[in-house]
Amino acid sequence: MASGKTHDYHILPPDLVPLATTLGAFTFTTGMVFMMHPETFGALGHIVPWAGLALLLAAMFTWFNKIVNEAHAGDHTPVVQLHQRYGMILFIASEVMFFVGWFWAFFDFSLFPSTISKAIGGQWPPKELEAVLDAFDLPLLNTMILLLSGTTVTWAHHSLIHGDRSGLKKGLWLTIVLGILFSSLQAFEYAHAPFAFGKNTYGSAFYMATGFHGFHVIVGTIFLAVCLARSYRGDFTPRQHFGFEAAAWYWHFVDVVWLFLFVCIYIWGNWGFAVD
Amino acid sequence: MATIADEFHAHSDGHVHDHHDHDHKPGFFARWFMSTNHKDIGTLYLIFAITAGIIGGAISGIMRAELAQPGIQYLGYFAQLLGTKDPSFDQQLHLWNVLITAHGLIMVFFMVMPAIIGGFGNWFVPIMIGAPDMAFPRMNNISFWLTVAGFCSLMCSAFVPGGTGQGAGIGWTAYAPLSTSGSQGPAVDFAIFSLHLAGAGSIMGAINFITTIFNMRAPGMTLHKMPLFVWSVLVTAFLLLLALPVLAAAITMLLTDRNFHTTFFDAAGGGDPVLYQHLFWFFGHPEVYIMILPGFGIISQIVSTFSRKPVFGYLGMAYAMVAIGVVGFVVWAHHMYTTGLSEDVKMYFTTATMVIAVPTGIKIFSWIATMWGGSIRFASPMVWAIGFIFLFTVGGVTGVELANGGLDDNLQDTYYVVGHFHYVLSLGAVTSLFAGFYYWFPKMSGRWHSELLSYLHFAVFFVGVNMIFFPMHFLGMQGMPRRYPDFTPAYAYWNHIATIGYMVMAVSIGIWIVNIIYAFTMGKKAEGNYWGEGATTLEWTLSSPPPFHQFETLPVIKDDGHH
Ligand code: HEM
Ligand SMILES: [Cu+2]
Repeated sequence: MASGKTHDYHILPPDLVPLATTLGAFTFTTGMVFMMHPETFGALGHIVPWAGLALLLAAMFTWFNKIVNEAHAGDHTPVVQLHQRYGMILFIASEVMFFVGWFWAFFDFSLFPSTISKAIGGQWPPKELEAVLDAFDLPLLNTMILLLSGTTVTWAHHSLIHGDRSGLKKGLWLTIVLGILFSSLQAFEYAHAPFAFGKNTYGSAFYMATGFHGFHVIVGTIFLAVCLARSYRGDFTPRQHFGFEAAAWYWHFVDVVWLFLFVCIYIWGNWGFAVD
Repeated sequence: MATIADEFHAHSDGHVHDHHDHDHKPGFFARWFMSTNHKDIGTLYLIFAITAGIIGGAISGIMRAELAQPGIQYLGYFAQLLGTKDPSFDQQLHLWNVLITAHGLIMVFFMVMPAIIGGFGNWFVPIMIGAPDMAFPRMNNISFWLTVAGFCSLMCSAFVPGGTGQGAGIGWTAYAPLSTSGSQGPAVDFAIFSLHLAGAGSIMGAINFITTIFNMRAPGMTLHKMPLFVWSVLVTAFLLLLALPVLAAAITMLLTDRNFHTTFFDAAGGGDPVLYQHLFWFFGHPEVYIMILPGFGIISQIVSTFSRKPVFGYLGMAYAMVAIGVVGFVVWAHHMYTTGLSEDVKMYFTTATMVIAVPTGIKIFSWIATMWGGSIRFASPMVWAIGFIFLFTVGGVTGVELANGGLDDNLQDTYYVVGHFHYVLSLGAVTSLFAGFYYWFPKMSGRWHSELLSYLHFAVFFVGVNMIFFPMHFLGMQGMPRRYPDFTPAYAYWNHIATIGYMVMAVSIGIWIVNIIYAFTMGKKAEGNYWGEGATTLEWTLSSPPPFHQFETLPVIKDDGHH
């Protein structure tokens, strides 16, 4: 395309993937509605959301794969790499605002505990709860795990910059293992938590805020795993490795969100309450 | 501003004529369904917005017909049309809620935003900064399709159970608990996902615009030389980026409250329905500026073009928009004065809201100052722009009144508010859209509309919309509440006038459509700079329509040492 161009911007040929991705997303959300309303849609909810999700993931895989191939083809000139940096920073900024919403809900409930709800009884954690999680038990361990993973990803980055491929792989392996460990411990905590998901604001705010964080950890882990696979394939040079950097940025972002969750919800929010 | 045509030093003026082969376009399907071209995507957005606008406008036609006189006239008929057999009284009233919800959501998310940001933003931001396309052309495409998907999801909601009747009847604000325990059935979930989809598209669009504007300005095009329309889209994109995710969180809470037993907004479990309002309006107030700021940008270009001089106080104009954007994030509770906020909080929000009137005033006075002493040409875009300045000012003034917490205790949820926001939106944002349309239509299509029909369109539209919305201020002051299909006979007179106004306005839309048909069938070919002297931004250096890929060699903007 556009063989006459004398600039460094990336002009793309027409592409069906965005439409396919949209179709996946739309099928997925529609399927979710089907799933949530079996009284109207019957068994459709067992199939459609999964079909949508599969299409969505396949389309996204194709899309990201194209980006990687374009990088190899040399389409990512310095200015295009700069675009990607801006894009990633802005994306993370929007993610921050998403978490602002969930923290807003948490502080509304905890700073002004409901006096009209018997379940809450004007106190936080609510009266109805028998116990909460001990912040200085597994959550503290999880904090250390995530912080450690922040250093291992930096190790990987420095190795990459200095051309030490095996250090890159080791650092990534460690980071991914720590990420999986974090998610597993989090799942274990969910399974043994002394309070329910629904029923009152404590469970709602806790599970939704930490749950969305957990989802981001999983996405970040996948992102890092892709980088690991790419580093085995020989991708990334000491000078050009934005895919890796984006994953690292994302990982640090997820880390920071956890620190806020840990300090606000686990420590401050549970202060002085019986622990399980 | 230095973006003047005679300072435009492309290395190869007219190079587009030499290489026909570079301008070859993909086939029909590839071009319109797989597009990575900012102008084609802009066109898609415009066509989509016009379609959605006609649907949203037809819905308001049903509403105005119902409101033409006291009593319930047509709701039963339309409920039957949508598939409810023998609709009960409650089901008829539910349809009313569905109509106001659909009208609001369609006009906000699927008409104004796609047209002004997706349409004009896509078309002209890259060109005005001398860029060949957007920073992320493929992501640009999915932004558009997600908007369409969101619209489809909203349409689906109309045909499934939503509690009392078919469809989502929750208002565009989707307040809990009406939108949670108050509306069982899948309709509201479809509506919520509609916003998720469209919102994801808009966030990606915002990322795209910010990156494009920061990184792709042609050599010499410093931030302080950018046309004001580009500034307006830049500020708008930041508002989208930071406000929409909060809405996403809020409506996700609605979703889990509805389907997964959380109690964010359920008082029995300690939840707080007012929390929803905080989250919604933290998004909602920036959202109203998202809809008007690009309009400000369009008006600035037009006023300067047809006054044949640069905009008065260029930097002040740019930073006024930045100020509006920043302050817009800390005024949200002026929508919530009657929810039991303390006096202190109300005083704060009153003050903060009034502060916004200062940068807004800067804009109005600078437009007037731009015209002052200019050699004004009353071409159709200029007529629309002057109409905008007047109508928007009326809406701004009623806004400042509503900003007073004490006064608003009485006006909240009355037709006064409906009057206010339609003056800033239907008469503000939409007027700026028509102004931009007539300004750029020949540029986009290569063909002339009829200036005569454009004037006629304006005249009829102006009479119509003022007839619809000005009486609403009287109705509001008399205490008529918004969001009801019925009213006491005391309110009959002005409601009747408003409905007649609607018919006048509808005629004007007919004139507009005739004008478009005229342009495509009989319209003269438009040259590159058809507005001549005064039209100084980079789009006027290109042919009409511009080549498929413009600026294959980047233009260089010479530094003239002043703005
Ligand atoms: C000088 C600037 C403005 C001020 C001081 C202002 C103030 C207000 C206030 C106080 C309200 C709440 C009224 C109530 O619900 O009781 C309101 C409502 C509204 N305003 Fe404005 N406004 C301004 C400009 C705008 C602009 C530029 C737009 C959009 C383009 C806009 C759109 C709206 C909308 C849509 C509502 C109603 C939302 C709803 O309840 O559904 N306003 N405005
Ligand atoms: Cu507001």
